[in-house]
Amino acid sequence: MVDQAALESDQPLLTAKSLGKSFGRIAACRDVSFALYPGEVLAIVGESGSGKSTLLQMLSGQLAPSAGHVSYRMRDGVTRDLTTLGEAERRFLFRTDWGFVHQDPAQGLRMAVSAGANVGERLMAVGWNHYGRIRDTASDWLSRVEIDVARIDDAPRTYSGGMRQRLQIARNLVTEPRLVFMDEPTGGLDVSVQARLLDLVRSLVAELHLAVIIVTHDLAVARLLSHRVMVMKGGRVIETGLTDQVLDDPREPYTQLLVSSILPP
Amino acid sequence: MTAMIDVANAQKTFTMHLQGGIELPVVRGVTFHVNPGECVVLSGPSGAGKSSILKMIFGNYRCDSGRIGIRHRGVVIDLATAEPRQILNVRRATIGYVSQFLRAVPRVATIDVVAEPLIAGGMTRAEAQQRAGALLQRLNIPERLWQLPPATFSGGEQQRVNIARGFISDLPILLLDEPTASLDAANRAVVVELVAAKKRQGVAMVAIVHDDEIRHLIADRIVDVTSFAAAA
Repeated sequence: MVDQAALESDQPLLTAKSLGKSFGRIAACRDVSFALYPGEVLAIVGESGSGKSTLLQMLSGQLAPSAGHVSYRMRDGVTRDLTTLGEAERRFLFRTDWGFVHQDPAQGLRMAVSAGANVGERLMAVGWNHYGRIRDTASDWLSRVEIDVARIDDAPRTYSGGMRQRLQIARNLVTEPRLVFMDEPTGGLDVSVQARLLDLVRSLVAELHLAVIIVTHDLAVARLLSHRVMVMKGGRVIETGLTDQVLDDPREPYTQLLVSSILPP
Repeated sequence: MTAMIDVANAQKTFTMHLQGGIELPVVRGVTFHVNPGECVVLSGPSGAGKSSILKMIFGNYRCDSGRIGIRHRGVVIDLATAEPRQILNVRRATIGYVSQFLRAVPRVATIDVVAEPLIAGGMTRAEAQQRAGALLQRLNIPERLWQLPPATFSGGEQQRVNIARGFISDLPILLLDEPTASLDAANRAVVVELVAAKKRQGVAMVAIVHDDEIRHLIADRIVDVTSFAAAA
């Protein structure tokens, strides 16, 4: 109950205002505004080229917007404009309060070092230095993402695709971030592996009260994980609202097309 | 206002953009209210818009115009204009929806599917599971099935799991969409008892029931949806 009450009264964690990005004459993303609250899961859906990945990069401070701005409420309660953060501050945010789950785990992991080191590295980056505690916490996280702890000393290149993705999630969550960005996290996985991963993400998000911004072209993923959805087309948000409302009662022609393109289960 | 639900002049039209923009009027002028401890049954033939009205009250379908007043923690919120976050809060604390079909979550045990709303509301896992078990027992789901995910259960069993999940919380409003559709006589009787118990607790309910006998047993008032028919 405490969490719910906090959710109601809380300030936004991240706010985007009139965000836009142009590459030369091409507008990849135009006039996007929204507020994300703690514990809220927002899905950005749309097909390739709709501007959703560009948007995610701007939201996570990896790409400077051509227009508008993104602000984030830091752990000390102060809301800062991302563009005013120094490089060191931005990197610190990325190592502590934020997570980023890439579609390709090889982008988010170090493939040649052990799974334990992959998880432990994030802890060392925030000042942990006791080897035993780091290893204990790393094994704890491996089991939370359903990886056999006996595999802790193996490098992720010896892991299956699903295991790599779960390891990437453990690496991101070990520092207890408040916001996690996910870019097509189930993209390259088999259907059965996808279901397991989604189920895991769903329970971790609820348990840790995480805010998530997830980019996906898969409406089933959006339905399972998100509270709210933004539909993008041609760089613009064309429809937004409660996830089940947008998917069960889509208003825009393009959203109706997307929804009607899903094969019945 | 003491009503838990106060719907006034609500209207819904679907615009089918993929079919050349055909306008499909569903309902208009929907007006009724539900008091605490009362069960209002929506009646009318298939296609009259009963489910659409229920979905509008849950915030699942948008409302083109009119008002869907819901008493939420002592304050009236108009779901027709509410923000997504407000609707989610209303669903957490005020409105439950029991549909005919279970949206099965892969890999989650039946007992946890049922206990989940209580855990989300802050109850300990052990206590929530205990209450879930009692309710499953009452709905005649054998204990040997509780640790299995309900995805492989029969239609009737899945529906009973869904009913257990819907009835377990102490929400002040419940929406029931054909809760007895594929149940046998014994389990229909259990559902009638559960509805009666909710009434005693002061829960306001809106139900769609095709079975005349059940409707007679649970309805305090009947609202005829054909009077809201939108077709010209």
